[in-house]
Amino acid sequence: MRLNWILFAAGLVFLERPAWSVSDVEVAGAIAVLRGVGPEGKGNQEATDAWKTLVSGDQRVLIPILKGMDGANDLASNWLRGAADAVVSRGLEKKDLTPMVELGEFLLETGHSPKGRRLAYEILDRTDHSAAQLILPGLLHDPAPELRRDAVQRLMDEAGVAKRAGRKELAVIVLRQALGAARDADQLDALSKSLREFDRKVDLPALFGFLLDWKVAGPFDSTKGVGFDVGYPPEKGVDLTAEYEGKGGKVLWKPFKSQDEFGLVDVNKVCGLIKGAAAYAYTEFVSDRARPVELRLGCENAWKIWVNGSYLFGRDEYHRGKEIDQYRLATELQAGINRILVKLCQDEQKEEWTVEWQFQLRICDPYGAPVRSASK
Amino acid sequence: MNRLQEAGQERVATGGLSMAVWVLLATSFFGGPLWGADWLQFRGPLGSGVSEEGLGPVLRPGGHAIAWSSELPGRGLSSPVIVGDRVFVTCSSGPRQDRLHVMCFGSKDGVKRWDRQFLATGRTMCHAKSSVAAPTPASDGERIYAFFSSNDVFCLDLDGNLVWLRGLTRDYPNASNSLGMSSSLAVVEGVVVAQVENDSESFAVGLDCRTGINRWKMDRPKRANWTSPVVIPATVGKHLVGLQSSAGLTAVEPGTGKEVWSYSEGAATIPSSAVSGRVVYVPSNGLTALEIGESGGAPKQLWRSAQLRPSTPSPIVVGDRVFTMNDAGVLSCGETATGSRVWQLRLKGPFSASPVALGKLMYTVNEAGLVQVVDLAGPEGEVVGELDLKQPILSTPSISSGSVFVRGDRTLWKISNS
Repeated sequence: MRLNWILFAAGLVFLERPAWSVSDVEVAGAIAVLRGVGPEGKGNQEATDAWKTLVSGDQRVLIPILKGMDGANDLASNWLRGAADAVVSRGLEKKDLTPMVELGEFLLETGHSPKGRRLAYEILDRTDHSAAQLILPGLLHDPAPELRRDAVQRLMDEAGVAKRAGRKELAVIVLRQALGAARDADQLDALSKSLREFDRKVDLPALFGFLLDWKVAGPFDSTKGVGFDVGYPPEKGVDLTAEYEGKGGKVLWKPFKSQDEFGLVDVNKVCGLIKGAAAYAYTEFVSDRARPVELRLGCENAWKIWVNGSYLFGRDEYHRGKEIDQYRLATELQAGINRILVKLCQDEQKEEWTVEWQFQLRICDPYGAPVRSASK
Repeated sequence: MNRLQEAGQERVATGGLSMAVWVLLATSFFGGPLWGADWLQFRGPLGSGVSEEGLGPVLRPGGHAIAWSSELPGRGLSSPVIVGDRVFVTCSSGPRQDRLHVMCFGSKDGVKRWDRQFLATGRTMCHAKSSVAAPTPASDGERIYAFFSSNDVFCLDLDGNLVWLRGLTRDYPNASNSLGMSSSLAVVEGVVVAQVENDSESFAVGLDCRTGINRWKMDRPKRANWTSPVVIPATVGKHLVGLQSSAGLTAVEPGTGKEVWSYSEGAATIPSSAVSGRVVYVPSNGLTALEIGESGGAPKQLWRSAQLRPSTPSPIVVGDRVFTMNDAGVLSCGETATGSRVWQLRLKGPFSASPVALGKLMYTVNEAGLVQVVDLAGPEGEVVGELDLKQPILSTPSISSGSVFVRGDRTLWKISNS
């Protein structure tokens, strides 16, 4: 019986494998090589040949490629994405792609990487657009941000249709449904504007999860930008009762609660319109458990961030632009109180557009959902 | 071995030739039969934006100049690159512009041959006017090297097979500009040169064409810079790469990154230098002409002209004339020998794209998508043709086999005499 099965399977392989196909072992080996690429071109030379091996396969290599994206770094994901893209493009050109149930099944398994699942959706869309459209509404609360985004966009389009048809109530309900699922800043912004056009209330800071309550200390000296690298006392430990020697006098921690819809913490309102200066903003965030998060910062001044005393990242660029979620900084929160310290430096440019000395910060889970402090 | 390398070896073997022979070989190397109809980088073979092959389309009213057009999936400020019968274009798409496209079209029919898509590994924020696909890719005739504002670099063969990739912001995390990066690539002597210059982690890097691994990396001035590297003649068979910045122009060996000479009297950070023969026209203190001696060492300043100060578009050299454009859309013509301004011509601006020239016809494209053809043959420039492409265009056109290739926000066009 076993021999019969082996012969049957071998026959299938013989009959179905075109001359340019590759074995499972070769596919697995090639994927392992691509997953091994790293910084500064590490693994590039081996990856070139592995990529060629992979794309010599037929559509049966797609699921292994997609699975290979689980846990892969960004560079490896691009190698794998490019391989899948090449296989699908060739199949479409030769018109020899057949429907793949496995592709849909992979897409629906939320344990796979968001990038891999998004790619599965795109392949499905290219090969069977109607099937992709059928699945899309069910992805409204999907953890993969790009899948969720398309489902939200579909609702936004539906709301537009309802509005143009004069069905205001339906439009509002659909917009609310979309707002409850949206994660991306531009969609949240657009949805809130649409709802307000219907005189509906939207609590934008709460939707985004901006951190609004801060203590601010400054100004410290940053003439000619030196303050970016000077470790003023708050960097050695925050003491909210302390008094510091600042630029032009004593500096104390002062409370600041942002009233801005987009959570901007305006340091000018605390320190005055001063240039060549540095300031610190401090807040505490209560997490109900230890968890991986992203700190998402928008800022057009030079900045540094510490979480629980550990330096996370910093950047010395001034007045080149700011947007929500401009910087996404992966970190870990501990259970209980987490201490977040932001250093913000202002340069000495004199143009009117260089007056801004502010930032906005929110905390999201790795999929972009806002995480709110348990103390709120 | 590619055509570039073959040419380089040929010249090395001829060391000690006279200046006339050198010039002949250099012409052959950069703009002659070795390059054929190829337009391999930003502003073409010499980085000068000039082609001598064929007669350019004049675009007179009522003519049918558009040979074909193809839709693009995303925006881009990058120029088309042409290798043989293929046109390569980069685009960025998606709400965060993080979907990076490297595309290939047939130059004869505009049919899409392939479209490889990748995800940005670096930051994609940029000014609304710019795009993540701002830098122009480059080719050595065998491979295409695509660079994006996210500092991702992709090397593919001409059939779309991925050869290597790099994520330079992933490697060097503070390398980015919140307004966007736009410096294009230069490929010379087996090295891809990228200027990743910004206010924070600022550097230039030479990547091995075959592997993408660093051949060298050097710190650069910490200041935002959107200019592109240019290939500068050195001794016979050798070239340098000119790295322009607010500090000036530094010439380095492409293989090692070793500095050979430096011009340190400041330079613009948006328009790039132009090279013609052995003279580099640097957007510095207006426009400054630097002549490279036969030794390939430090250049001699020929002249400096405040009247020829370029704005966003880079200068262009056609024969014995150098051309610049100012913020008001005025095209200025100067003598290459003296820097004296000869004439001015007001065009319909504003312009982001640099002009290019085919023979004695100059092609300018304004930001609204109006192509204006300037006849340079007479004593003064004259607009002799126009074509409204009715689409925002910030990309510099490319030229191949007498046709002009223009890319807009949504479309790639081939403009021909027929």
